[in-house]
Amino acid sequence: MSNDPIHQFQIQKIFPIEVGGMDFSFTNSSLFMGLTVAAASAFLIFSTSGRGLVPTRMQSVAEMAYEFVASMLRDAAGTDGMRFFPMVFSIFMFVLFGNLFGMFPYFFTITSHIIVTFALAMLVILTVVIYGFMRNGMKFLKLFVPSGVPGALIPLVTAIEIISFLSRPISLSVRLFANMLAGHITLKVFSGFVVSLGALGAAGVAGAVLPLGMTVALTALEFLVAFLQAYVFTVLTCMYLNDALHPSH
Amino acid sequence: MAGETQSTTEATHAGTEVPTEHHSGPFPPFNSETFASQILWLAITFGLFYWIIKNVAVPRISGILEDRKDRIAGDLSEANRLKEETDEAIAAYEQALAEARAKAHGIAHDTRAKLKADNEARREKAEAELAKKLAAAESQIAEVKSQAMEQIGDIAGETTSALVEALMGKAPTKTDLSKALKSAMD
Repeated sequence: MSNDPIHQFQIQKIFPIEVGGMDFSFTNSSLFMGLTVAAASAFLIFSTSGRGLVPTRMQSVAEMAYEFVASMLRDAAGTDGMRFFPMVFSIFMFVLFGNLFGMFPYFFTITSHIIVTFALAMLVILTVVIYGFMRNGMKFLKLFVPSGVPGALIPLVTAIEIISFLSRPISLSVRLFANMLAGHITLKVFSGFVVSLGALGAAGVAGAVLPLGMTVALTALEFLVAFLQAYVFTVLTCMYLNDALHPSH
Repeated sequence: MAGETQSTTEATHAGTEVPTEHHSGPFPPFNSETFASQILWLAITFGLFYWIIKNVAVPRISGILEDRKDRIAGDLSEANRLKEETDEAIAAYEQALAEARAKAHGIAHDTRAKLKADNEARREKAEAELAKKLAAAESQIAEVKSQAMEQIGDIAGETTSALVEALMGKAPTKTDLSKALKSAMD
């Protein structure tokens, strides 16, 4: 294993597939997307297979995840928003399991690639735009014209609203991507110090204690970040979906 | 956000300075050659995941939660029903108790009245008997008295005649005797 902190983000082809000059290879990223989906689905399906009236431990974890996301969506977007529940729940579980999978040594972190987080963010934003127009028609554009603003300020405020709306997919995807990327690089750098210093003899081993402690602390922090970023991504998704349902805020 | 991005760049610098390995090509997350493959596989895997969530996981978990909610609501209403039944039973018991108490009062009252009436009747009868006996006794006494009175006259006559005979040597006549007796006794 190399000491290069960037190496862990390399995409490696497992089965090269090329269609019309485009590279659609099955890569380590694809493999871990598949594993994330398999693990999350297996968790949700097997933990609830008993359908116990009194839940087992695993079943209660699955129920907690369900109710956690459901209450998040209901609080942000109201009961109407529950029609998006399967999508929001999929996003939460996918991001959460992807983030947590990345915490295993030698595992690839799918959410550390901007294109993945951006695709998920675009899925959310396109859902908001398409559903917003379908449900509200042209009234959806009221989203950009807040009520109660003096006439002279409307062009300015509308411009700001449009820019903030357009920046949503970027901020949503970059937030998750940058957190995962930065966390994993930092972890790798500090653990790299442990190895480098350890190779320098007794004094180096003594000195390696510091980055080792840092690595342990960072690992705990990264577990927190893995959960927190999945939560943040989901809660923002809920708030954006609320705009599609109730554009005149 | 700004701090995190900054630390990312710092970390990137720290990493790239490690001399042991150098990788070719751009920074992997920004390598657009891999984008098509990642998007395709994300669409496939996430699409599958969405299908599983929508058709298996969500109906199942919501079913479990729904069942539990129904069961709890059912149990609560059953408990309420039983409580109402208990309350009704208690009310019925109270009423029965009150009725029984009223009845007992009635019986006691009747009995007392009857006993009183019986006593009264017996007392009256006894009094009547006593009065009769008293009257009989009185009449008997009066008879005895009058008999005695009559006999007193005879005895007085005989005694007087005996006394007069002893004193005067000669018995008085019956007419004198009865005249004298009569004047003496009146």
